[in-house]
Amino acid sequence: MISLIDTLKSFVDGAPVKKEDDTKLTIKKVSKHHETSFTERVTSMIEKGESKTARSAYTVVAVIMAVIIIACLIYTVSFLPHFGGADNPANSSEVVKAYIENGIHDTGATNFVAGMILNYRAFDTLGESSVLFIAATTVIILLFRHKTKEEEKIATVEEEVYEDKHDVILRHGALILVPVTLMFGVYVLFNGHLSPGGGFSGGTILGAALILYNLAFGDKSTQKFFNYNINKVVKISALTFYALSQSYMFFTGANRLPIPDINGVAGSLISSGFILPLNIGVGFEVACTMFGFYSLFDREEI
Amino acid sequence: MLLDALSFYNQYFEPGTTHYVIQNIVQNFPFITIILSLLSGIFTAALKPKAAMRLCFFNLVVCFCLSLATLLFCIQNGDYYIYIMGRFPAPFGNEIRVGVLETLMATAFSLVMLLSLMGGLKHIFHDVLPEKQEYYFLMMDLLFTSLIALIYTNDLFTAYVFVEINTLTACAIVMLKHSKETLVATARYLMMSLLGSGLIMIGISILYDISGHLLMEDIRKSVGVLFATGQYQLPLEVVICVFAIGLGIKSALYPFHSWLPDAHGTSTSGSSAVLSGLVLKAYIILLIKLIFRVFGTDVIFSSRVLNILFVLGILAMTIGSIKAINSRDLKRMIAYSSVAQIGYIYLGIGLGPAGMAAACFQILVHAYTKPMLFNTAGAFMDTAGGSRKFKDLSGAARKNMWAGIGFAVGAFSMIGIPLFAGFVVKYNLATAALSTSKERAVLALVALVISTVLNAIYYIPALMVLFKKTDETKTIVLHGKKKDMPFIISNGVFIVCNFVLGIMSPVFIDLIEKGLKMF
Repeated sequence: MISLIDTLKSFVDGAPVKKEDDTKLTIKKVSKHHETSFTERVTSMIEKGESKTARSAYTVVAVIMAVIIIACLIYTVSFLPHFGGADNPANSSEVVKAYIENGIHDTGATNFVAGMILNYRAFDTLGESSVLFIAATTVIILLFRHKTKEEEKIATVEEEVYEDKHDVILRHGALILVPVTLMFGVYVLFNGHLSPGGGFSGGTILGAALILYNLAFGDKSTQKFFNYNINKVVKISALTFYALSQSYMFFTGANRLPIPDINGVAGSLISSGFILPLNIGVGFEVACTMFGFYSLFDREEI
Repeated sequence: MLLDALSFYNQYFEPGTTHYVIQNIVQNFPFITIILSLLSGIFTAALKPKAAMRLCFFNLVVCFCLSLATLLFCIQNGDYYIYIMGRFPAPFGNEIRVGVLETLMATAFSLVMLLSLMGGLKHIFHDVLPEKQEYYFLMMDLLFTSLIALIYTNDLFTAYVFVEINTLTACAIVMLKHSKETLVATARYLMMSLLGSGLIMIGISILYDISGHLLMEDIRKSVGVLFATGQYQLPLEVVICVFAIGLGIKSALYPFHSWLPDAHGTSTSGSSAVLSGLVLKAYIILLIKLIFRVFGTDVIFSSRVLNILFVLGILAMTIGSIKAINSRDLKRMIAYSSVAQIGYIYLGIGLGPAGMAAACFQILVHAYTKPMLFNTAGAFMDTAGGSRKFKDLSGAARKNMWAGIGFAVGAFSMIGIPLFAGFVVKYNLATAALSTSKERAVLALVALVISTVLNAIYYIPALMVLFKKTDETKTIVLHGKKKDMPFIISNGVFIVCNFVLGIMSPVFIDLIEKGLKMF
């Protein structure tokens, strides 16, 4: 019985080490502690390049398989209904008809897309804006680090040396371009429910303006009005407003409670209920995410 | 002036449909759990680590209570109901669908999440950099949101949005342990996971193109018509394959499992517990939803994709176990054991309607067993100075008796010893197999026997090594000698839950069957 247990133990534990002084055990001996299993031998063979043919064969097989799968999927596409055709099931569904016929009455937005993503299917868009939030946070986790005082000193010196503060063309160009870009971003944000545009596109434009400003005038002047904490506050308040306002809509909708008519006159600036503030909130969040990505990839801080 | 909420309904729906009527305050709870978890995730960004931890635990406790109340309501009500997320009913807006199976899973998941985090708490604060600890709980909150939303969703596009959230947060909680190997593991996990999401996305777009709907019930209707008339036969089959492969990659089905041992084996023990216990399961629940509610069982059976899942399940059960036998690393062994256990679930799904209840029960059993094993593995690693190798861990269970008992219970359950939960799964799978065709029954029974023997071959020696007598003088304690109360409590609750699932299994299987009938 004891021998069976010993065999089982050595099965898990590998062959027992020759008894020597523990202090003398070097790293090499520890790694040779157990017998190598078949898979380990194969992996070590591959790692040492002993089976280059196996590796290249693997690559070739992988490429062939990928090509076959791509071909299958493309072949499938040829069986699908024609895009925009009258017999296309997606065009003949009642949903499309209802969006076009009742869209303005139901949502108050003349931009049907805005009405669709921020009123009809607001829950999905809530998920999408959380995806942005999560992506930005993940990049912060990966790249953000609090610099020590010495590193900060080095960074400031580097900034002074390498960042050319007297690039007249860039500065003057930015002085003209940044306000215009900001204005255009704000216009796209505020007219999201009236014309093509909205939170996601307007936010990207605002983010681009911020990045241009940062490139032209350096970190210090940007940090006067936009730093890590402001970035955090803007993102949190935008998403919180989104979640709370939509919970109000979800709760009243599901329980069939009447709510005040907030749709307003379709086509005017202040109309379409929560769509306008939601567009602004989403826009600010997108702008923060854009600038955050740029800033983190550039110098590991916001 | 008030907007009449009813005008839109009356336009499209006959007043007779009762599934949309909300009579009880309890029916709001699923929506509240989703929004509450989302909001606590967002707020966590502004908190200190300790406060973030408290908010996370508070949220999970509240969600557990609310889900339990909803479960009791659904059992009493005896029917599912539909909760409209917005002012417009489903094909136009979003909605979630609440039945017995969904609420059972939500309740179980919130408890598992709470216990896993409690068990791994010490390691979270040790493994994650101090300035990034609050982000760990942020990711956990949002991961929980996505799990709950994936369980309740009634719409393929909503499902995809939350699959995205799930992917990103799951990768982030692996990455948050500060080491080189976790970065490599995360990169692998992210690649494989994105491949799976991409396939799911392709599937959803082709399905929308040929059916014209995103809502599950509507898709089933038009897929039924397409199946009867023979239209779009090839795209339909491609869609089924693409969904099966995509969800198979995400839930680590056998040939697509290569990312799992790295991601689950290297991350901090709380993350490993949540990833193996819950994240894999959410995709399997989505697959079951697809089978029953999107394609309908007729279409799925004629496409023979279940046969492939059945074979892959059997392969996973045996090869996962063999890999576990080969590994000399405790956490990798447990991770490979997950591959084998996921194989059981796919075996159940492959058996058709007969095995579906057993598969769902296996989801519960594995969710309550594997996190316990990972947490106890973390506790053992403390006694060996953070090493995961068996040779350093000999006698670890004697130094930490609580963890030892937990590991023993988990191992016996995984092997399938009577009274433990794992036994019930194997018994149910075997009886389900007997009710199907001869070849399947023989294959499934042989696979069950072989896999049980293989499970015993790696768990029992592991137990022997862990309980080996060693001289006490060599004890290395990593984070001080103070007793880790959260771990002991979570371990105790896990053990109790395991026995409850093992002994009171008819209650749960009855609930699952009720839930499946409502699908």
